[in-house]
Amino acid sequence: MHILAFLIRRLFQAVIVMLIISIIGFSIQDQLGDPLRELVGQSVSEAEREALRDRMGLNDPFWTQYLRFLGNALGGDLGTSYFFKKPALEVILAKFPATFELVLGATFLFVSASIPGGIYCAIRPRAWLARFIMAGSIIGLSIPIFLTAIFLIWIFAVELGVMPSFGRGETVTLPWGWRTGFLTRDGLLHLVLPSISLAAIMLPLFIRLIRAEMIETLSTEYVRFAWAKGLAARRVWFVHAFRNTLLPVVTVGGLQIGTLIAYTILTETVFQWPGMGFMFLEAVKRVDTPLIIAYIIVVGMIFVIVNTIVDLVYTLINPMVKLPGAQG
Amino acid sequence: MLSARAFSRRFLGDPVAVGAFVIVVAVGAMVLSAPWLAPQNPYDPLQIDLMDAEMPPSWMPGGDPRFLLGTDEQGRGVMSTIMYGTGISLLIGFGAVVVQSFIGISLGLIAGYRGGWIDAFLMRLADIQLSISTLMLAIIAMAVFSAAFGPETYRDLAIFMLIVVIGIAEWPRFARTVRASVLAEKKKEYVDAARVIGLSPGTIMRRHILPNTMTPVLVISTIQVAEAIVTEAALSFLGLGMPVQQPSLGALIRSGFEVIFSGSWWITLFPALMLMLLILSINLLGDFLRDTLNPKLRRGED
Amino acid sequence: MALLEVRGLEVAFPQGPRDEALALRGVDLDLDPGERLGVVGESGAGKSMLAFAILNLISEPGRIRAGSIRFDGRNLLTLPPAEIRNIRGNRIAMIFQDPMMTLNPVLTIGRQMVETLQAHRRIGWAEARKLSIERLGQVAIPTPESRFDSYPHELSGGLRQRVVIAIALLTDPEIIIADEPTTALDVTIQAEIMALILRLCRDHRVGLILITHDLGVVAEVTERLMIMYAGKVVEEGSTRQLIEHPGHPYTRGLLAALPQRVARGQTLNQIPGTMPGIADLPAGCAYHPRCERAIAGCHINIPVLEAHGSRRISCFRPLLAGAEA
Repeated sequence: MHILAFLIRRLFQAVIVMLIISIIGFSIQDQLGDPLRELVGQSVSEAEREALRDRMGLNDPFWTQYLRFLGNALGGDLGTSYFFKKPALEVILAKFPATFELVLGATFLFVSASIPGGIYCAIRPRAWLARFIMAGSIIGLSIPIFLTAIFLIWIFAVELGVMPSFGRGETVTLPWGWRTGFLTRDGLLHLVLPSISLAAIMLPLFIRLIRAEMIETLSTEYVRFAWAKGLAARRVWFVHAFRNTLLPVVTVGGLQIGTLIAYTILTETVFQWPGMGFMFLEAVKRVDTPLIIAYIIVVGMIFVIVNTIVDLVYTLINPMVKLPGAQG
Repeated sequence: MLSARAFSRRFLGDPVAVGAFVIVVAVGAMVLSAPWLAPQNPYDPLQIDLMDAEMPPSWMPGGDPRFLLGTDEQGRGVMSTIMYGTGISLLIGFGAVVVQSFIGISLGLIAGYRGGWIDAFLMRLADIQLSISTLMLAIIAMAVFSAAFGPETYRDLAIFMLIVVIGIAEWPRFARTVRASVLAEKKKEYVDAARVIGLSPGTIMRRHILPNTMTPVLVISTIQVAEAIVTEAALSFLGLGMPVQQPSLGALIRSGFEVIFSGSWWITLFPALMLMLLILSINLLGDFLRDTLNPKLRRGED
Repeated sequence: MALLEVRGLEVAFPQGPRDEALALRGVDLDLDPGERLGVVGESGAGKSMLAFAILNLISEPGRIRAGSIRFDGRNLLTLPPAEIRNIRGNRIAMIFQDPMMTLNPVLTIGRQMVETLQAHRRIGWAEARKLSIERLGQVAIPTPESRFDSYPHELSGGLRQRVVIAIALLTDPEIIIADEPTTALDVTIQAEIMALILRLCRDHRVGLILITHDLGVVAEVTERLMIMYAGKVVEEGSTRQLIEHPGHPYTRGLLAALPQRVARGQTLNQIPGTMPGIADLPAGCAYHPRCERAIAGCHINIPVLEAHGSRRISCFRPLLAGAEA
C-alpha cells in the first residue's frame, strides 16, 4: 500500500516538473522567431501578415497560446519541423533508438567496470593496483569526452583503420519500428568506439563514488560486527558492505542522467551518430524551432522518467523507506 | 585550521602538487606574455597567409621553421593560436567562477542564515539544477541564444554569454558549501554574541560568518575553474561557444577535428594536449587543497 | 591453564611517516572457563582496543606489534585466517556498544542470525531459523517468530541489544566480550540488559569480558577486575577486594567519582585533569600528572605490575594500608 502512495506522490511531482519544462519550452518558442517567416514569403503585405497572425492565434495572450501549445503537446503534437516537413515528435522518436542503444552500450561498459574497480579500491586502498586506478581516474576525469572520442577515432579509425569512424552502420528494423544496431556485426562494431568514449568519462566518476561510499560503509559498526561474527570476507564485503553502498550510489548515480544526456550530444557529434543529440545540434544550426523545443521536452521527459525509476529502485532496496511509520 | 608554515611544508613535500602548480603558473605566464612572445597575432588578418595553411610541425618534412607546431587550415600558426586561445579559455573559466561564487556565496549565506522556506526553496532549486547538469543547461541556453540572436550578434556576445551561462548554471555548488559552513558557524557562540550586541544580520554575515567559509570556497573554486574550462571547451567544440575567428582551446580542437581525416593531426593534438594539461594540473591542485585544508574530506577519502 | 591468555599485547598506530604510538602498552589478561572479568577505565584507555585485538580485528592503519593471544592453547595471532574466523563469532562472540549501529539496516534480523550460524555450522535455513527464534525467546524478546522477519529499524534500542545478545549466544560460545553493552541505552533498560547478560553467562557457564567505564556496573556482575589507564593495566584483582580496598590511586579515584558512593549533599570527586592521548604520554607513570600521591620517582620511571598478595598493582606508592591479607 505504501508503495502505491509513494508512486502517486512521485507521479504528481513528475507532472509538475513536466509542466514547468513545457512552459520553458513554449517561452523559448515564443522568443525564437516568427512562424510566419517559414510559412509565407516576402511578398505578403504587412496587413495580410497581421490578419494571418490573428487567424493563427499568434496575437492571443501568452497563457491562451500556452494552453493551446500544451493541449497540442498532450495530443503528441509538438509542431512540424521546418526542415524535415514532418511532425517534430516523429522526427525525434525516429532518432531515439540510436541514442538509447548508445547509452545502453556505455552504461553496460561503465557499470561492469566501475563496480569491481570501486570495490577493489575500497577494500585494498593501499595496493598498487588501487593507487594506479585512483591516479588513472583523476587523469580520466581531466580528459574531456570529445577528446577521448577524437583520440579513439584518430587511433583506431584513421591510423589503424580497424574501426568505423562514424555512423551506426547496418541496422535492422524491428516489427514495432525500432531500428537497432545490436543485431548486426557491423552495427555492433560501430557501437564500440562511441560507447567506450561515453563510458570513459562516467567510469572514473563512478569508481570514485563507489570507492568513497564503500570505504564509508566499511568503517561502520555493523560491518565491524559482521567481521566479529566470523563471516567470510566475501560475505562481509558483498552482502553487508556493498548493499549499503548501493543506496547512495543509486541516488548520486541517478543524478548523473542529465550529465549523461549532455555527453551523448558530444559523443554523437564526434561520431556523427544519428541520434537525438546530433539531430538537436543540426536543428540549432538550422534554427528549426519546433525540433529544438521537441528535443527539450523529450529530454525533460526522459529525465523525469529516469529519476522516478531511480527513486523507485531506491525504495525497493532500502527497507527503511519502504515501511514508513512501521511499529518501532 | 592550518598555519601558513604547516601548509607550505605540506605543499613542498608533495611533488605532484608542486608540479601542478608550476604548470599552472607557467601556462598563466605564457598567456600573459602572448602579445610579445607569440610568433604571430592570429587575430590580425594581415599576418595570416592562406598559402601557409595546414603545414605540419617544423620538424616534419614540409614543415616551416616559422611555425614550430604547424599551421591550421587558415594559415594561422598553431603555436600562436594556442597561446591566445588558452588565454580565452582561462578568461572564461575564471570569469564564470567569479559569477558562480558571487551568486552561490550570496544565496548560500541567505539560505543558511535565514533558514525556513527561503532555505528550502533555494536548496530544492539547487538540487534540481545540479541533477539536470551544467553542461545540459549550458548547451540548451547557448543553443537558444545562438538561434535567437543570429550568427553576427552571437559572435560578438559569445564570450560574455559563456561566462554568464556557465556562471549561473554552477552556482549551487558554492551555495551548498557556504550554506553548510554557515549552519556550522551559526551554532558557535561568537555569532550569538554578535547578535546580542545588536549587529545587523548583514554585518554578522559579512564580518563573522563569511571569513570562516573562505577555506571551502577556495577549495571548490579551484576545481570549478577546471570544470568551467571543460564546459566552455565542450560548448565551443559543439559550435555553441567561441567563434573560429576568436578561438578558445575548444574552438581550436573543433576546427582541427574537421580536417583530422586528411591527416593534419597537429591542429587537433596540440590544443588538446594543452587543454588536458591545464585541466589535469588544476584538478590535481584542487585535490591537494581539498586534502590539506579539509581534514574531514580527507578522512572520507582515505 | 587459562582458557584465554593474553601476554605483552602491544597495539600501535602510525604517527606521521615513521613513528608509531602505542594504544596498548604490553597488556596481560587471563580468563578461566566461565569466569567473569571486568575491564574498567576512562574512554581512550584502550579497553575497546583490547577487545578488538583479542579477535584480531584491529582495523588499518593500526596493527598488533607484539605479544601473544592464546585461546585454548593456540596463538590467535599466528593462526591462518580461516581458523581464526572459526573462532570469531563462534567460540568467542562479541557484543557491541551501540545497538542502533550494530545491526545492518538493510538485512532482516533473521538473515543476520542465520548467516552467523551458517558461517560456523553446516545447517539448513529451516533449522537455523528454529534455533534463532529459540535464542530470541531466551533473551526475552516478545513474539520472536515475527521479530525474526523484522528489520532492525522496526525495533527499539533495548530490543536491538537483546537481538545482538541473541546473536552472540547463537553458537554457544565459550567467551563473550561485551564492550560497554549498556552505555547507549536508556537508564531504565540498562539494568535489565545487564541482568540478562549475567543470567545467561551464569546459566550457560560462558566466560565474560565486560568492558566498561562504570565501576558500579561491574561490581554486580564480575568476579575479577582489571583497571586500565593509557594503554596499560594499573591494577588487577578480585572485584570485591578492589572495590573495598583499592590499591592504585587511579582505582580509588574512579571509586570516589561513583555517584552511589557519595553521600547525599556531598560533591562528586572527579579525578582532576584528563587522560593523556596515546601520542603525548608523559614520562614515567602515565598517571602521575593527575595523581595526588605522586612522588619525584613517578615522573621518571614507569612502574611495573607487581604482585601484592592475590592482586597486582602497578604503582610505586600503592594504597595498602594494612588491608592486605
